Amino acid sequence: MGDICKQEYKKLDQKDIAFLLDLLGKDRVYTGTEINEDYSHDELGGISKMPEAVVEVSSTKEVAKIMEYAYEHSIPVVPRGSGTGLVGASVAIYGGIMIDLTNMNKILEVDEENLTLTVEPGVLLMEIGKFVEQYDLFYPPDPGEKSATIGGNINTNAGGMRAVKYGVTRDYVRGLTVVLPTGKILEIGGKVVKNSSGYSIKDLICGSEGTLGIVTQAVLKLLPLPKKAISLLVPFSTLERAINTVPKIIKSKSIPTAIEFMQREVIIAAEEYLGKKFPDNSADAYLLLTFDGNSKQDVEKEYDKVASICLAEGALDVYISDTDERKEAVWSARGAFLEAVKATTEMDECDVVVPRNKVAEFVNYTTELQQQLGMRVRSFGHAGDGNLHVYVLRDDLPQEEWQKKLKAVFACMYKKSVELDGLVSGEHGIGYVKKTYLFEQYGNDYMDLMLNIKLAFDPKNILNPGKVCQ
Amino acid sequence: MEILVCVKQVPETSKVEVDPVTGVLKRDGVDSKMNPYDLYALETALRIKEEVGGTVKVISMGPPQAAEVIKEAYMMGADAGVLLSDRKFAGSDVLATAYTLSQGVRKMGNIDLILCGKQTTDGDTAQVGPEMAEYLAMPHIANVIKIEKIKDASLIVEMDMPHMVEVAEIQCPCLLTVEKDIYQPRLPSYKKKLSTKDWDISMFSLHDFADQNEKNYGLNGSPTQVERIFPPAVNIDKEIWTGAGVELADKLTSKLKELKFV
Repeated sequence: MGDICKQEYKKLDQKDIAFLLDLLGKDRVYTGTEINEDYSHDELGGISKMPEAVVEVSSTKEVAKIMEYAYEHSIPVVPRGSGTGLVGASVAIYGGIMIDLTNMNKILEVDEENLTLTVEPGVLLMEIGKFVEQYDLFYPPDPGEKSATIGGNINTNAGGMRAVKYGVTRDYVRGLTVVLPTGKILEIGGKVVKNSSGYSIKDLICGSEGTLGIVTQAVLKLLPLPKKAISLLVPFSTLERAINTVPKIIKSKSIPTAIEFMQREVIIAAEEYLGKKFPDNSADAYLLLTFDGNSKQDVEKEYDKVASICLAEGALDVYISDTDERKEAVWSARGAFLEAVKATTEMDECDVVVPRNKVAEFVNYTTELQQQLGMRVRSFGHAGDGNLHVYVLRDDLPQEEWQKKLKAVFACMYKKSVELDGLVSGEHGIGYVKKTYLFEQYGNDYMDLMLNIKLAFDPKNILNPGKVCQ
Repeated sequence: MEILVCVKQVPETSKVEVDPVTGVLKRDGVDSKMNPYDLYALETALRIKEEVGGTVKVISMGPPQAAEVIKEAYMMGADAGVLLSDRKFAGSDVLATAYTLSQGVRKMGNIDLILCGKQTTDGDTAQVGPEMAEYLAMPHIANVIKIEKIKDASLIVEMDMPHMVEVAEIQCPCLLTVEKDIYQPRLPSYKKKLSTKDWDISMFSLHDFADQNEKNYGLNGSPTQVERIFPPAVNIDKEIWTGAGVELADKLTSKLKELKFV
């Protein structure tokens, strides 16, 4: 199945570079040692490879011209945003041209009559939220990495903390402008709310990790901004107790925007990392829930029921975070968990997603693994949507043993997730490093179908080759 | 230790608009909250109580709905609360507010330590605490960043001076205003919300005070007369100069003189 990657790609020569220089000028083309080392890797993928050229583009047309040229000459191309991915999807493992889209960072239009926002792919997630708020509008997807680009979010179908109530990035993409590997420009979807017009190409592009086309513009769906949000921080004596409460909350039909779980060790790591105290760190485990609505009274009514459920399930208390300062104190720590854990040691991450009533079983299993294999495993994540982030930490392990143990832990975790009807990735994607697990779970028929879709878009396999399904 | 914490109800957002015609704050639809700086004072009080025992009371001044912040203080662990509320207190400036609070404190009896936030987010004067202490003839220290030691009849504290940190010992009873981040304030507890639901809030009005002279309260007792409240004009003019530091400094001085800023 991986055979199509064995083809020979053309190495960039002076003529190719001259083409790029002619198109973009010398300030926007980098080759050889001019390329910043950052472009050789992402944030966690564990693989690195320098592209032969990095180009900064500023329009759909430029992207199309580069793609057309690359297609004609069989040069691999990798699109890239902020490089905040975690699975190596934006690494140019076959060299070639890397297209940096971060300068295409304009917010083009807010359409208050259709509740849509049209953006270029390099706009950062944090800018979108701030921008639409001025219009009392709301872009719900809320991945932890706020400096990611919207293009990257679309390409990984990023999820985030509000998925419990609002869904994921794919649910907020209405239309896309895409440059195909051949260099042709395609308009997909648009400002329309409904769309039964043939195969949903838009949904194929969302989550395709830059393998099917390059997104150069997106129309996003917006919602009216909820006026009030209150978070509850709920301490429990054990993690098991905390997580076992989640299905009961979901069953109660209250819909929090987020249900996160966290353990004391991670909170303390975040306190040290940020040099800032969390409002409470006396309990072993916590649930963090958020409710939103249009008035304080509405939201209080909504959380009352859930607070009672938590107390009945053995919560030590329920703390209320109802003002900007209080929310900041809680959520800034939550937002720093990954960085805080990463700052202490090398690690690798498992981003499985399991049905929501299996979260407790999975987390307990990782605790068992930790004891069995004698290495630290930390987890926190989205208890409300079943997407777990389990971090396996290297600490003092020698390289060889670390690799061996890591492999063993991951094999066990993915096997368990299959057993529980889960899937390989909830929101970080497959990229390069999680391919094996996807192949194992899906089997040949499924993977062949994916590969054929890839070839329908990219017959010469030049766009981000070697990723996801190959 | 008997501790009293001053708390104030303020608009939830700092972006309250001013009606450009009437100069009145547009408070409609704006929720209220406890002044964020007061949370640090309350947290400090609760930590001192946890360390040496005693009680934590809170006092606030405002319209009847300001009772909400006292309830919130109960949810954080305060033991009792007083609200000073009387139409005759309306329109108080910092001095009249400090005087009214001092009358309330006298009425409450034995207090070893009064804690205030360093300022409020709506008035921003940072004067009420120290003025109140003067009325009560108490020693006081502002901008405390650390409680170093709690002794039987005194406290050793660190205060933030502009260019240094000063360590001082202060005799009780005394008043301290504490800086942001002295401790991370705890969150209100839902359990306490349920258990303190029916707790009383003592209400004091002018009739409860030793000094009942109306002229000392509210608008009458306020030397500050607000002439006009208006949103500041937004100035987007800008000039950018480049050049050497000395030359630019001269240029800047003459420009500021020209604009009559200096």
